[in-house]
Amino acid sequence: MEHHEPQLYGVMAEFETANQLLHAAEKVRDAGYKHMDAYAPFPVEGLTEALGLGRNKVALTTLLGGLCGGLGGFGFEYWVNVVSYPMNIAGRPLNSWPAFIPVTFELTVLGAALSAVFGMIAMNGLPRPHHPVFNIHRFARASTDRFFICIEATDPKFHLADTARFLEGLHPQHVTEVQDE
Amino acid sequence: MSVAQPPINHPEIRRLEPVLAPGHTYETVTATISDVVIKRPLGLGWFAGFTLAFTFLMVLTVAVAWLIIKGVGIWGINVPIGWGFAIVNFVWWIGIGHAGTLISAILFLLNQKWRTSINRFAEAMTLFAVACAGIFPLIHTGRPWMAYYMFPYPSTMGIWPQFRSPLIWDVFAVSTYGTVSLLFWFVGLIPDLATLRDRAPHKWQQMIFGALAMGWRGSARHWHRYQSAYMLLAGLATPLVLSVHTVVSFDFSIAIVPGWHTTIFPPYFVAGAIYSGFAMVLTIAIPLRKAYGLEDFITMRHLENMAKVMLATGLIVAYGYFFEFFMAEYSGNKFDVFLVDQRLHGPYSPYYFALILCNILTPQLLWIQKVRRNIAALFVMSLIINTGMWLERFVIVVISLTRDFMPSAWGRYSATVWDYATFAGTLGLFTTLLFLFCRALPAIAMAEMRELVAHTSKDHD
Repeated sequence: MEHHEPQLYGVMAEFETANQLLHAAEKVRDAGYKHMDAYAPFPVEGLTEALGLGRNKVALTTLLGGLCGGLGGFGFEYWVNVVSYPMNIAGRPLNSWPAFIPVTFELTVLGAALSAVFGMIAMNGLPRPHHPVFNIHRFARASTDRFFICIEATDPKFHLADTARFLEGLHPQHVTEVQDE
Repeated sequence: MSVAQPPINHPEIRRLEPVLAPGHTYETVTATISDVVIKRPLGLGWFAGFTLAFTFLMVLTVAVAWLIIKGVGIWGINVPIGWGFAIVNFVWWIGIGHAGTLISAILFLLNQKWRTSINRFAEAMTLFAVACAGIFPLIHTGRPWMAYYMFPYPSTMGIWPQFRSPLIWDVFAVSTYGTVSLLFWFVGLIPDLATLRDRAPHKWQQMIFGALAMGWRGSARHWHRYQSAYMLLAGLATPLVLSVHTVVSFDFSIAIVPGWHTTIFPPYFVAGAIYSGFAMVLTIAIPLRKAYGLEDFITMRHLENMAKVMLATGLIVAYGYFFEFFMAEYSGNKFDVFLVDQRLHGPYSPYYFALILCNILTPQLLWIQKVRRNIAALFVMSLIINTGMWLERFVIVVISLTRDFMPSAWGRYSATVWDYATFAGTLGLFTTLLFLFCRALPAIAMAEMRELVAHTSKDHD
């Protein structure tokens, strides 16, 4: 077995309320940090803006998935019922497109929904069973009633002592180093 | 608390009970809901209920096994009544599922906070109802092992499905609906699975919930994408749920059979679906909140709101019944006029009058607030409406098929013991799955409840 030296992942501060987290995130952003993340037990309104995160690409992925589903669905129906296996029923047109719409619609929704969900999971980098933040014992409460912010060691402005002192200044419950074991 | 946004349970905003009883914190809502899953031992009541449900599930396996051995001849279907119980039950079950999607998607888009504590188990109800519904067309084909013929796959015979047929539309609509409902439900569960992982006392629980949560850690970046995906799914599920019952109604209305060939079918089927679905949500919610002490989360306000939705959709259904009669008389089409006469005076008229009693007359009591706020009355009402909606599908399928155009082709239909056994069996499957669900997964969305706590409490500074 190979043994890794524990590496510093970042410094994490713990807060008791969503509002404290929101104010802390704004201060961290204003202090010029770029590589950081906040952790909350529910989506906190305004946290995305407070951290200075941009728009995400879930909507675009969903649109593309929906288009693929819809165009692919209609194209496939056309190919099946007009080209591959045409059936002349009482001389009606082979490309009876209104009759193809229900399946086209269903496949549009299916394509969009699958790409929304799997796109979201993939862009979030999940499944990822292990992450350095899970090494912190207190982090178990991040899924119930505690709010965390972590400044990562990869940030150009990161300096262990300074960053820890900066986070202490935001009046958290607790500040701790996060090791990547 | 900010002045601009008073809490949603402020007495001047809503002169009603809150959607969440006061005094709850993140920890109390999470503990109350998660303890049912990870701490509370299985009680005698659970075992008794589960045993009963499981017995009925065994009835289903026997009925389906016998069907596969003997063929559809064991049912009451014949020529001309080829559809019978199988299709009645299919439409009934799929309709029940629709309330789950309505609550989780449409009420979410309309920003109705009261949906929060009922959406999770309503979505579970949707999935289980779709599972029950899916069984019927499958076994009704007579050769369920050939059902894959309905899917487009490159067969060596060089044949393909007929995409102009409503029955193929149905295959796509129901399978898409099942898939999207499952996705929606699972996405909603991800943060709750992470909560269970972090709170579970036993290693095996941590491992199972940990694997299912996929390493969810509540990161702000993740929540951001998560919310986008959830909102988009709600937006997609809304037209989807309307389309599914529309396509189900096309199975009827594309045919030329009197009583089926009408343009009012799609909206009236959708309204009926929501009507029966809300009735089923009440049937489940009332015992569930009692058994697991969830009265603080599923409050009187929820029950009353659901009763109001039932009243409204019931009136739409009544409008549909009225217009079936009106259009028949107004068109003067003698087959349609005859059908009306058959409903009122034919051999199956008792079913029709029972349907009117269950679906139109009794629910008018919901206009009275005392009835809407009486839990026992609501429970009974929900059972009556479920019965009524089943009768509606029976009336549509059987009365139209027994006597259509030529008297020489008329027939009679009566269900056999196997028809009843299969139907009772799917009730067993449904309740078995519900019993397992309410102890294996959180019946109320914890992350959303914490959000509700944040909105209603004074923790904002």
